[in-house]
Amino acid sequence: MSDAVSETVVPEGAARPLSPESKRSLADTILYMDGVSVSFDGFKALNDLSLYVTEGELRAIIGPNGAGKTTMMDVITGKTRPDSGAVFFNGNVDLTKLDEAAIANLGIGRKFQKPTVFESQSVFANLELAQKGGRGVFTGLFARLNGEQRDHIDRVLERIALTDHVGRLAGDLSHGQKQWLEIGMLLMQDPDLLLVDEPAAGMTDAETAKTAEMLQEIARDHSVVVVEHDMEFIKALNCHVTVLHEGSVLAEGSLESLQSNHDVIEVYLGR
Amino acid sequence: MLLSRDSGRLLSPLGAKITLAVLLGVAVLVPLSNLALPAGSTFHIPTYLVSLLGKYLCFALLALSVDLIWGFCGILSLGHGAFFALGGYAMGMYLMRQIGERGVYGNPDLPDFMVFLNWKELPWYWYGFDSFPFALLMVVLVPGALALVFGWFAFRSRVTGVYLSIITQAMTFALLLAFFRNDMGFGGNNGLTDFKDLLGLDLQAGTTRAGLFAATALVLALAYLLCRWIICSKVGRVLIAIRDAESRTRFLGYRVEVYKLFVFTVSAMLAGVAGALYVPQVGIINPSEFSPANSIEIVIWVAVGGRGYLHGAILGAVLVNYAKTYLTGAAPDIWLFFLGGLFIAVTVLLPKGIVGSLDQGLGRLPWGARWRRSAKAEEGAAGVRGVAGE
Repeated sequence: MSDAVSETVVPEGAARPLSPESKRSLADTILYMDGVSVSFDGFKALNDLSLYVTEGELRAIIGPNGAGKTTMMDVITGKTRPDSGAVFFNGNVDLTKLDEAAIANLGIGRKFQKPTVFESQSVFANLELAQKGGRGVFTGLFARLNGEQRDHIDRVLERIALTDHVGRLAGDLSHGQKQWLEIGMLLMQDPDLLLVDEPAAGMTDAETAKTAEMLQEIARDHSVVVVEHDMEFIKALNCHVTVLHEGSVLAEGSLESLQSNHDVIEVYLGR
Repeated sequence: MLLSRDSGRLLSPLGAKITLAVLLGVAVLVPLSNLALPAGSTFHIPTYLVSLLGKYLCFALLALSVDLIWGFCGILSLGHGAFFALGGYAMGMYLMRQIGERGVYGNPDLPDFMVFLNWKELPWYWYGFDSFPFALLMVVLVPGALALVFGWFAFRSRVTGVYLSIITQAMTFALLLAFFRNDMGFGGNNGLTDFKDLLGLDLQAGTTRAGLFAATALVLALAYLLCRWIICSKVGRVLIAIRDAESRTRFLGYRVEVYKLFVFTVSAMLAGVAGALYVPQVGIINPSEFSPANSIEIVIWVAVGGRGYLHGAILGAVLVNYAKTYLTGAAPDIWLFFLGGLFIAVTVLLPKGIVGSLDQGLGRLPWGARWRRSAKAEEGAAGVRGVAGE
């Protein structure tokens, strides 16, 4: 466990009794995972994983292949049910009891490893679909965008540098642009917590730098968890880093401190 | 990749206008030429042909209902014949009650087949079918309710793709077996037939047949508009999103199963209406309408016409059924080979169907490209204004 995350005593009557070594303030913890285990056919994808993300934090998660990064995201977003352990959002919302749509509507957004946008629809329609609010069928039949919503889309278009491509089909965009569009869709969703899986994968250096800039800007008003392989990108994010290994947390701290950590060098950086 | 033909794309607004103009045109012209022109005139359409065209339009409505779910939401139903047949049976039950004491046995209370089976009284589920409005209600409610229950279990359990197709086949096959049984009370093997009149109008009369044709064309036009409206709304964009990336849509917070259930139920209701229009025009409904092969044929109509365009389904249904009429007359032995060959040919040569290939082909012509560019620019502008779909 790291000492970089602020340690405070759990208030009495917290949603759930905590084990002594994992005392955290629930008040400013947006995501709380404690003792989470998931196994697939005997393979432990997550092994007693405990992770805490405070509100407004930008957190990077690294780890070798098979460390459980994507499974962790699946557990948080309701795609995979953990075998054991607790996952709480905003203090007292138990995510293990909800499905994907309910969790998304609570305010957790997810960006996939492979850019996943709606390829046969325009950039505009992609952003419109992601816009916060109004997920019902019958409201959807009569839904019309109001001025404020259109302004929101315009602002996001500017932020992800796709204003000039608004009418193009998302499938016609370049790989990097698709990644940005997906980030833009998360911004439209305006979640409290963003989970971003390998945003810089397959990008050019210039695109990577721009993406890092985008995420840092987003992190100013959202909590963001980024899973990434690219060390340059992590360095550019300049944030707190968690190292996963074999389904649990190996080390936490700044990238500099981790680069000199013997365990981390052993399993990951020193390969 | 199948493009969405929703807002402002080339053939869609044009195709929609042509479709509506043709449907409204035939709704007026076909009955007019049948009734007003003398039998010797070149432009006279004989009554048998009016009914045949009416049958094609019923199949077109059925194909439209399949395209709504398959083309726009990726739900490949191989059991839509069941909803069609249920709508047909609801209408058939009304028509049976209209026979009254004119049946072979002259029993005023019971249809002939029940007298034949020595039944003493009308089963409870036949109550109400003396009333036309009640029968119309059942035409949409029965297929709708089946789709709702079936879809609720299937979509909630996240059954998709080929597995869903297989259980829809199983559903229509189960209904086929059930309706074959005499003790189901729907006429068993022979089904319902010997209809006399509809709303007091003689079903054999040319005017009634012309009227039924006009009603079918108008209902098809309305159903087409309904589907366009759904597809052009935000719901349509969510459906296409589900088709292209289902789990992404879920992670955006949409309840995929609710959207699928909605569109599946609407589609089943449209199929039921198609069946109800079909029965008075062909004069019979029997369990063979539930046969799994029928449902597969519908999918071929849609694939031939062009999946995901709506008007493609209408075109495909009319063309394939015209070919069927011609070939089952000219060379009855080869019809099934032709159908099989057609499906292979379309899959290999025209994977986007007739309308899809036309859409692409127009883009390659010099004037077509210009047209397409301006349509694209228009769409982009519409997108910015946020009135996409109008």
